[in-house]
Amino acid sequence: QKTRERLADRVDRLVLGKKHIDDELLEELEEILITSDLGVSATRFLLEQVSERVRRNELKDPARLQEELRSAVARLLQVPAPPWDPAAARPFVILVVGVNGVGKTTTIGKLAHRLKGDGFQPLLVAGDTFRAAAIEQLVLWGERIGAPVVRQKHGADPSAVAFDALEAATSRDVDVVILDTAGRMHTKVNLMEEIKKVHRVIQKKMPGAPHEILLVLDATTGQNALSQARLFKDTVGVTGLVLTKLDGTAKGGVIVPVCHELQLPVRFIGVGEKVEDLRPFDPGEFARAIV
Amino acid sequence: MFDNLSGKLQKVFKHLRGQGKLTEENIQEALREVRLALLEADVHYKVARDFVKGIAERAVGREVMQSLTPGQQVIKIVNDALTDLMGGSAEPLRLAGKPPLAVMLVGLQGSGKTTTAGKLALRLSRDKRRPCLVPVDVYRPAAIDQLKTLAGQLGLPVYPSKTDQRPEDIAREALAFASREGCDTLLVDTAGRLHVDDELMAELERLKKILSPAEILLVADAMTGQDAVQVASSFNERLGVSGVVLTKLDGDARGGAALSIRAVTGCPIKFVGVGEKLDALEVFHPDRMSSRILGMGDVLTIVEKA
Ligand SMILES: Nc1nc2c(ncn2[C@@H]2O[C@H](COP(=O)(O)OP(=O)(O)OP(=O)(O)O)[C@@H](O)[C@H]2O)c(=O)[nH]1
Ligand SMILES: Nc1nc2c(ncn2[C@@H]2O[C@H](COP(=O)(O)OP(=O)(O)OP(=O)(O)O)[C@@H](O)[C@H]2O)c(=O)[nH]1
Ligand SMILES: [Mg+2]
Ligand SMILES: [Mg+2]
Repeated sequence: QKTRERLADRVDRLVLGKKHIDDELLEELEEILITSDLGVSATRFLLEQVSERVRRNELKDPARLQEELRSAVARLLQVPAPPWDPAAARPFVILVVGVNGVGKTTTIGKLAHRLKGDGFQPLLVAGDTFRAAAIEQLVLWGERIGAPVVRQKHGADPSAVAFDALEAATSRDVDVVILDTAGRMHTKVNLMEEIKKVHRVIQKKMPGAPHEILLVLDATTGQNALSQARLFKDTVGVTGLVLTKLDGTAKGGVIVPVCHELQLPVRFIGVGEKVEDLRPFDPGEFARAIV
Repeated sequence: MFDNLSGKLQKVFKHLRGQGKLTEENIQEALREVRLALLEADVHYKVARDFVKGIAERAVGREVMQSLTPGQQVIKIVNDALTDLMGGSAEPLRLAGKPPLAVMLVGLQGSGKTTTAGKLALRLSRDKRRPCLVPVDVYRPAAIDQLKTLAGQLGLPVYPSKTDQRPEDIAREALAFASREGCDTLLVDTAGRLHVDDELMAELERLKKILSPAEILLVADAMTGQDAVQVASSFNERLGVSGVVLTKLDGDARGGAALSIRAVTGCPIKFVGVGEKLDALEVFHPDRMSSRILGMGDVLTIVEKA
């Protein structure tokens, strides 16, 4: 929340000090959008929209400009998508993917806690059998929030773990299954093949599953998030995004071109390392934090 | 995305063939393209702006070498300037002095500190040093286990930290542990933290006091965007960073953070992480990094041959 205030401040001060919209103001807005990681094309796209109206004299007031930019950003983030609805199937299967270190395992812990609060019984699946102590990390999260964890040995085939987990889910009477996966660079063909296989196994074992495929993106990441989202979407078909680490000073603005270009909704944001630090995404609030 | 810049510059200079020198005017448009390429590579807005200003001064009035088109000439000037800015040549770890010496790894959550601690341990043992690993991350679930597992894979000693110990106590005891085990280097893996987390940043200052480390390495993710500047300068102001390790360069990130970090802290980038395995650590090469940031590895080899 601290960050929120500080960010909005920047534009607030800018528009307060100005009576007219001039090139200097537009340039400063460019700086703010670029330093929020929106990237060159999204920044241009947004600023061209407003400068066109400034040229035609339809837009004169700097405060009004700020409002228009905010709603333009929010519009790009409002992607039409089916609502988040873990009651839509039983068990509701969620596959969590992403590059290394973005916060997948932590997000799963936080999400499971949230689901429990909403009355669902989650089952966690330790599908990262590669990274040192990744299984132990998820097991500790399971203990922390009081959710069972399906696990195999380090080095086991992740699709076999997924298969077992779905079997366990049917016999154990759980509502939601959340599968952790190893961090993988979207550019590594063999690792992307591996996740494809996990996906196939889930589909085969349980028609209709996975019901959500969440791609976790780190708000600290710059333009590379676009490449991540493109390749994960092409490989496993992402249904939603989680943007983590928004409690720092990074603005996570790359989510704007990601949502816009790939038409993926942001399901949740991560704002810390504690169990309760996962929130639903609010495009308007997010836009206000940027401009 | 890649080789965008050379194509664009060729277009910019299409009408200039045969001219002998670069003029202020024809350089301007080219530099706009350079600036955009830097921004697309995640170089910080201000760093990119200042860099381009500096280039204009260097480029104007330069002879266009006979064998080069003006576009390639500009690319060469830009590339050389980027390489210079990032330090010119590779810098090693400075581990002179009376052992045991500590190397502290610090950085944001998930940047790759624990993995890099393992990678450095492997590298140092290949260099005939005897390192031990010291987990002081008592917060993240299974962080200690993670480093213990890596130490096990490497066959190196690891201080048996417990999550109910204070990081400061671990650090103090680890120094004695290292001497007992005959280790000359301690690789101290700290918990990931935000640069704005005052309490945890103060903890790092206390650890620094206890360990008097020979190196404090900031471990930064190559995919980092504009925030790299704030992160790096905060860690540097608070601790005095001695070097940077840029991780996850095995992806397709252009890695503009390298330039931003170097420009605002002046700290040398010493190593790059190029994979998850423990041998996936390389010495940093500023020249390779600059062509990567420009997105034009291939073009440069052509320029060099010309
Ligand atoms: N400040 C902050 N830290 C976070 C957040 N989400 C995760 N983290 C931290 O980021 C680090 C990496 O998180 P993990 O959950 O292990 O990430 P991962 O994607 O599972 O990593 P790999 O499995 O190694 O690819 C940990 O230190 C987490 O505590 C967040 O929203 N805010
Ligand atoms: N592809 C790739 N992955 C890396 C590299 N370095 C580290 N990783 C991965 O990034 C993830 C996070 O690495 P860690 O070493 O756990 O990061 P950390 O900084 O210790 O994380 P915290 O302790 O949670 O703050 C893991 O999945 C690592 O395997 C690298 O150079 N390339
Ligand atoms: Mg994980
Ligand atoms: Mg760690």
